[in-house]
Amino acid sequence: MFEKNLLNLLWILPFLTVLFSIPIKENSPNLKRFHLASAGVVLLSSIYLLIQVFQNTITNPSSQIQLLYETKLNWLNAISAKYFIGIDALSSMMLVLAAIIIFTGILATWRLEKGQKVFLGFFQILAASVYGVFISFDLVLFFVFYEMEALCMYLLIAGYGSGNKDYGAKKLTLTLAIGSSMILAVFLGIYAETGTWNLIELSKIALPESFQYYAFPILFLGFAVSSSLFPFHFWSPAGHSAAPTAVSMFAAGVMMKMGAYGCLRIAIYLMPEGAKIWLPYLLIFIAFNVIIGPFIAMRHKDLKFITAYSSISHLGLIFLGLAAMTPLAFRGAALQMISHGFLTGLFFATIGMIYSRTHTRDITQMGGLMKAIPFIGVGFVIAGFAGLGLPGLSGFVAEATIFIGSFENPSPLCRVITILAILSITATAIYILRCANKMLHGPLVISKELLPKTLPEEKFIIVSYVICLIILGIFPMPFAKLLDSSIYPIYMNLIR
Amino acid sequence: MNNLISHSYLILLLPLLSFIINGLFLCFRHRKMAAILSTSLSFLGAVFATIISVNFFISGAKPILAFNYEFLPFTGTLVATIGCLLDSLSAMMILTVSLISFAVHIYSIGYMESDQASGRFFALLSLFVFSMLGLVIAPNIFQTFIFWELVGVSSYLLIGFWYDRPSAVSASKQAFILTRFADSFFLLGIILLSYITKSFVFSDINALRLENFAGQMISLGIIEIPTSDALIFSTLLIFIGGWGKSAMFPLHIWLPNAMEGPTPVSSIIHSATMVVAGVYLVARLFPLFAISGNVLEIVMIVGAFTMVFAAVIACTQKDIKRILAYSTLSQLGYMMLALGSARVADSSIHILGYSAATFHIFTHAFFKCMLFLIAGALIHQVHSNDLNAMGGLRKKMPWTYAASLIACLAIAGIPPFSGFYSKDEILISAYQAGHPIIFACALFTSFLTAFYMFRLFFLAFHGKMRSIPKHPVHESLLMTLPILLLTIPTLFSGFLFKGIFHNFSPEVPLSLAKNLPSATFIPPLAITFSVLGILLSFLFYASKKSNPAKALDSDNRNAFYKIIYHKFYFDEIYYAFVRQFILGGLASFARFFEEKIFGTLVTFATTLIQKMGVLVRKAHAGSLPFYIAIMIIGLLFWYFASNLPLQGA
Repeated sequence: MFEKNLLNLLWILPFLTVLFSIPIKENSPNLKRFHLASAGVVLLSSIYLLIQVFQNTITNPSSQIQLLYETKLNWLNAISAKYFIGIDALSSMMLVLAAIIIFTGILATWRLEKGQKVFLGFFQILAASVYGVFISFDLVLFFVFYEMEALCMYLLIAGYGSGNKDYGAKKLTLTLAIGSSMILAVFLGIYAETGTWNLIELSKIALPESFQYYAFPILFLGFAVSSSLFPFHFWSPAGHSAAPTAVSMFAAGVMMKMGAYGCLRIAIYLMPEGAKIWLPYLLIFIAFNVIIGPFIAMRHKDLKFITAYSSISHLGLIFLGLAAMTPLAFRGAALQMISHGFLTGLFFATIGMIYSRTHTRDITQMGGLMKAIPFIGVGFVIAGFAGLGLPGLSGFVAEATIFIGSFENPSPLCRVITILAILSITATAIYILRCANKMLHGPLVISKELLPKTLPEEKFIIVSYVICLIILGIFPMPFAKLLDSSIYPIYMNLIR
Repeated sequence: MNNLISHSYLILLLPLLSFIINGLFLCFRHRKMAAILSTSLSFLGAVFATIISVNFFISGAKPILAFNYEFLPFTGTLVATIGCLLDSLSAMMILTVSLISFAVHIYSIGYMESDQASGRFFALLSLFVFSMLGLVIAPNIFQTFIFWELVGVSSYLLIGFWYDRPSAVSASKQAFILTRFADSFFLLGIILLSYITKSFVFSDINALRLENFAGQMISLGIIEIPTSDALIFSTLLIFIGGWGKSAMFPLHIWLPNAMEGPTPVSSIIHSATMVVAGVYLVARLFPLFAISGNVLEIVMIVGAFTMVFAAVIACTQKDIKRILAYSTLSQLGYMMLALGSARVADSSIHILGYSAATFHIFTHAFFKCMLFLIAGALIHQVHSNDLNAMGGLRKKMPWTYAASLIACLAIAGIPPFSGFYSKDEILISAYQAGHPIIFACALFTSFLTAFYMFRLFFLAFHGKMRSIPKHPVHESLLMTLPILLLTIPTLFSGFLFKGIFHNFSPEVPLSLAKNLPSATFIPPLAITFSVLGILLSFLFYASKKSNPAKALDSDNRNAFYKIIYHKFYFDEIYYAFVRQFILGGLASFARFFEEKIFGTLVTFATTLIQKMGVLVRKAHAGSLPFYIAIMIIGLLFWYFASNLPLQGA
């Protein structure tokens, strides 16, 4: 019962925090402390839930989807939509990822001077929406949370961004809206076919094959928009470069994973026949992400553009895992979602820290920062190493699993793209080292006095991410086993 | 004894501990503490390694898997584990790495004394030792790859140790990217191999037989090939990993440039241990290579070419560390050649090639490490890498002089020094296995080796001093002691270990070659060639008539000399290739596609939507005549459309 309430609280608490923060004075330090405390409570409860789910999976393994602590209430009776939430292995891990990124995101805006109240308010609503997405198992509820997030993103980027923020915010939100409309259309179609929104029930019903044939690509691409799969990736560089640090961390770390999560959890799970028909063709798009992405990153000078294209290529690997349709590749994709969440969070956090000091994101105008701000520099390098797949950090585990898994798919196109993806790890190394060397090494360009020392909260952010990367990189086995329990039912649906 | 073996995880734990403590706590403020901690832990490691190798070399223990921690299960039997395989090959490598690491640690205390960042240096050095030991004890190829990457990254961090020097930074980047490029093939090879064999474990992989896969096919995407060919192909891919790490031609250019790192780093990483990882990998998977026929031939040709190529370049260089770097390349070529030449024409295996290669890894590690330490001592005195700034250091540094004579004789292959024994076996094996051209190349290279090593020796120590050092030249104890300690293995490892290495062979039974020709004429012939090289070098650089300054002049030379001096312009070719083809070609095209072609399409789509909005807006302009006109047209259309005689017909 306690866990059940805790789960409901996950998305209610951020709203309550916003409500109670209204009377707090704008510039009071208590404001951010209050928000941080609330995010901390959510983080601890998500970790607690993860441990509970883990124990449950160990004690009673099952090939069915195991939904724990479910709450089912009547909600919109007219369309028989229910308030139906619960948690399983995959969603519990995504929750922890989201909670860590939200917590550190609040820390990253610790020194925001103007409009902190509104920023943190919307940030909390953003947090509530992603927690909601990961725990809702009713399609209407899922969609409501999914939409709430895009709206908050617009307000945060347009209000607090930098550079061409209006353009970036519009591009991001409108593109996401296209994706959402595609998702909504298919959800309505599913309801019309079956008369239920319940994901668990739906997974046991086989949707008609002709319906799957038309609906699957729409739904999959609709979700893929937010994960920036080619050709819907164009919002990502513009959006990331305009967004403030915390929002970039959130967007790349959590929001882009929501799309992949939806693809796996809803599109492939509910429409296995459609997946079998369409995913082999979608590999062409994935090839763009995985193979061309790093080359574009090589040619950019703006740190956020580089990281945006780096994210595009890493998310391409998630889709490669999904499209290969073997249990191992699915597991790799899920691991990559978590791993990439942490490493990109660290990437954008350190970029924000560097930008706040140098006031430029152009790597050619920086140099020797390692001398002045070694802590941040090391953080960036570790994120880079995780990104290029250095063993010992999480990126390697995820990538190796995806590669081994997708190689098991004997279809020629999948093999070719897997082989090319493996060979493209060199390209990743090129842009990451180029970036680190230009920016951190060499003689110091900006005088040392202009670069303030690393602040305690910045150290905390870096250390917490590095710990996550190392834990996943050195002890991947429990996480892999945990994810398998969520992925196996999806795979069983595919081969049924 | 067995008790100790069961605690063999300690061998990994000691340097890891040193890395963590130094990296987290001692790195910035307590430089001295960091040095003492990592040196004492490396001493413990060296003692432990000696005990292990005594167990294997003298007591002849059976190979054991000391521990095996399940890292990540994939599917079925495909499980990635982190373990510790102890057999004579890994014991030999553990011994080499630990002893050299200990010597280099002591040396570094002296060498890095005045460097403010020496705390970081010791932390990274421990990271390297940890990764290298993890590589050599790996019982499966997945672990090999994990630590393979870790040695790569520690090498990257140490080459770029002085990260405010642009040359060091670009050298470190080049080294990492080139080896990473090779590693991507290695990873592909591992994945292909594990897909075929369903196992990462060396003992399973080495037990494979091509006949088991008769009639099976495997798709590589575009083409479908027999599984046995795919197995051979994966062996080749795995060898490409070793190709890059051991800096074989044409992926060699990173190694000489890596000399930008501190000299102790060059000594341990870029000569004695890390760069032999490629050779070690081939040796570890030797039975797989043995059944993969032509791959061994590729190994031999690549090795032989690199051997001659690097030795020729070494004859013209002026930078003392680069000479040693090219000499390392050449010696690595010897080892590869030995492994590759083990295959006799009738597909049986002459096991001497395998044992000679491992023997040469062992002896080469000590004398090459020593030569680098000597080079570091010279650089420390004259503050320059250039041979032009040296000369006449014989009297100032008598101990170093004596030690370097021993090391040079060892690498030149003069008995009774260690290099003679291992090189001799390589020559014999190449001859007996029936590769006369390769044998001739190796013989010629041993002449070149003697020539360029003594060129360095005479130019550095003999003649007059060509520069005036800022500080009085002296030998510091901390830097001379490890050099002198290393003379012991350089002197004795040859004839003491000859018998041990002679019995070296993979665990898996191979079809061994029989009726080999006698090769008793080779040792005297090899010595003659080496002596000739030394004599020629003496004539050019140390006799009364010679003029060292003129000999070192690289400007007033013929074109042939200049091409060699500029390393056949490979640096420039690579630079142009990366600039023009990768960055200017592929990456620019990718960005052009993304921004110009695809971006235009996106903009076009958005303007289309906007235009449609404008069109619809115009329809709602509120003009009554327009509405009426549209209404009438619509009615007329509807009327005619419904009266068309289509259905009735």
